[in-house]
Amino acid sequence: MLWVGASIVTVAALAALVGPLVTPFDPANQQLALRLDGPSWTHLFGLDELGRDILARVLAGARISFLVGITVVSVSAVAGTLLGAVAGYFGGVLDDVISRAVDVLLAFPGLLLAIALVAVLGPSLGNVLFALTIIGWVGYARLVRGQVLRAREFEYVQAARALGAGALRVLWRHVIPTAVPTVVVQAALGMAGAIISEAALSFLGLGVQPPTPSWGTMLNGGRAHLLDAPHLTLFPGLAIALLVLGFNFVGDGLRDLADPKRG
Amino acid sequence: MLEVSGLTTVFDLASGPAAAVDDVSFEVRAGETLGLVGESGSGKSVTALSIMRLVQPPGRIAGGRVRFKGRELLTLSERDIRAIRGAEIALIFQEPMTALNPVFTIGDQIAEALLVHGKATRREAASKVVELLEAVRIPDAAARARDYPHQLSGGMRQRVLIAMAIACKPSLVIADEPTTALDVTIQAEMLDLLREMKAAFNLSLLLITHDLGVIAETADRVAVMYAGRIVEHGPVRAIFRDPQHPYTRGLLRSMPGAADRGRLRAIDGTVPVLGAFPPGCAFHPRCPDRFEPCSTTPPSELRVGDAHAARCYLNDPSQVASRASRGSDHASPTTGRQSRTDGAR
Ligand SMILES: Nc1ncnc2c1ncn2[C@@H]1O[C@H](COP(=O)(O)OP(=O)(O)OP(=O)(O)O)[C@@H](O)[C@H]1O
Ligand code: SF4
Ligand SMILES: [Mg+2]
Repeated sequence: MLWVGASIVTVAALAALVGPLVTPFDPANQQLALRLDGPSWTHLFGLDELGRDILARVLAGARISFLVGITVVSVSAVAGTLLGAVAGYFGGVLDDVISRAVDVLLAFPGLLLAIALVAVLGPSLGNVLFALTIIGWVGYARLVRGQVLRAREFEYVQAARALGAGALRVLWRHVIPTAVPTVVVQAALGMAGAIISEAALSFLGLGVQPPTPSWGTMLNGGRAHLLDAPHLTLFPGLAIALLVLGFNFVGDGLRDLADPKRG
Repeated sequence: MLEVSGLTTVFDLASGPAAAVDDVSFEVRAGETLGLVGESGSGKSVTALSIMRLVQPPGRIAGGRVRFKGRELLTLSERDIRAIRGAEIALIFQEPMTALNPVFTIGDQIAEALLVHGKATRREAASKVVELLEAVRIPDAAARARDYPHQLSGGMRQRVLIAMAIACKPSLVIADEPTTALDVTIQAEMLDLLREMKAAFNLSLLLITHDLGVIAETADRVAVMYAGRIVEHGPVRAIFRDPQHPYTRGLLRSMPGAADRGRLRAIDGTVPVLGAFPPGCAFHPRCPDRFEPCSTTPPSELRVGDAHAARCYLNDPSQVASRASRGSDHASPTTGRQSRTDGAR
């Protein structure tokens, strides 16, 4: 499963990286005469409602998906790990504040919160990244806090403290590394979550703004032509499904590796 | 060197605060080895952690004094106590497997001890690490420094822990059951090594164990701990020849090769769990010699010999006299004890 997932993700990443460079078509170039044309040898995925090459747009959209995924996951993972580690290790007021923030944010369905945030802040790629990060760090913080509470009791952590090591050194060298496997698993699943959320926000018109192609906006464009030109929906839809599946496979596979018992 | 007085460490349990270390006092003198003995759960490790101020919530030090080389450790700032941990007082943990971080080489971990206290630059550390490994008799030290803990045997790992402990040349080493996890021959090697290090580095040693055999070989004086209290303390010779507390006598009887014609007798019953310590003398439910006052008020410490004291009503002439006058079916404490030792169970 890990390998299937990793292959999907690798192929998708390569496609996002080099695809836009090798396709002969500009994702924004309109050929109105050919609008809604189905797949053909020149336009493998067909053309959309404005006569733009769908393959070129799916490839360009992949860049947006990866950009959102990587940005949201790396910022949330780092912030969530640090906050969770601090909360778990020091306890007290710091823990109370961080844990309450986590509880409050977890009480809302994440996507609804992101929609509300972007609706208030205004639709833009930057605000999507911001909103997804605000809901993203929470998962890491909760997991890392739990792991740190466990690791605090490890004898080698106590031994490091008995050596005179300061709290930051103990955290950095001995405690946080024990949370890395958990964070990596969560990050893989988080990539899937961020990609799907960005697509959802863009579908609702709250995300990436035209003419920048995003899989979500493409789905929105295809909505009116589900019956007469299903390829408008099919290809971006497949792209989302495959990439999300790929990241979920990677996440689950890594989890099994890290903790075979839990299966 | 180290003077602990009235040390009390409580754990805030769901059922309320409970003292795992209760009004504990003892002293470790310069150059000596004090043995701290007691069954599992008697509070030995919590005592060690309290001295180092390493007790973590729900535990907290509720009172007492810990004076080390004239300084009061319990009121030091976090920064100052950190400067003492590892550098002046080193702690060797119970489990040689889990006390080392599996993801760093042992060289790395010994170097950490030096780097934390600025005793070496990163560059000097490497050669000092090899010296330390040689000092604890690890063969082929330079190569071993690059090994990870799982590549070493239990005995070798325990040597690594000792190397870490002596890295900064502390004056006091607290060894918490340094031999418990090892097999017998390696235990003996380890005790030899500890003794050797003690002489070479002029250490004082607080040796924690539940094994009186280890104490007999290594310690100068002994403190016996039960349910958070020191119930008897004195010179090793006096404790072994003339134990005054029924708990100490029980421990001695349960030692392999005890004087009692080779018969091995564990003390009946089990150590009470924290939060459910019996009132009065906490040992009374297990004590073969208990009498009226034992279950109500805890006995206080009474001098029973030269630098030898015990917390037991048997050593309180007024209590024993009143018992005799009440015509209790127990005879004098001494004969009572003997009849129990010899009689059938
Ligand atoms: N973190 C904790 N929370 C609650 N109770 C604790 C905690 N740590 C220790 N205790 C309790 O304190 C008491 C003393 O424990 P301690 O570890 O000092 O015993 P010990 O004499 O070192 O025993 P051992 O020989 O097993 O190491 C025990 O009853 C133990 O259950
Ligand atoms: S005080 Fe009483 S119960 Fe406690 S050890 Fe002495 S005789 Fe036994
Ligand atoms: Mg212990």
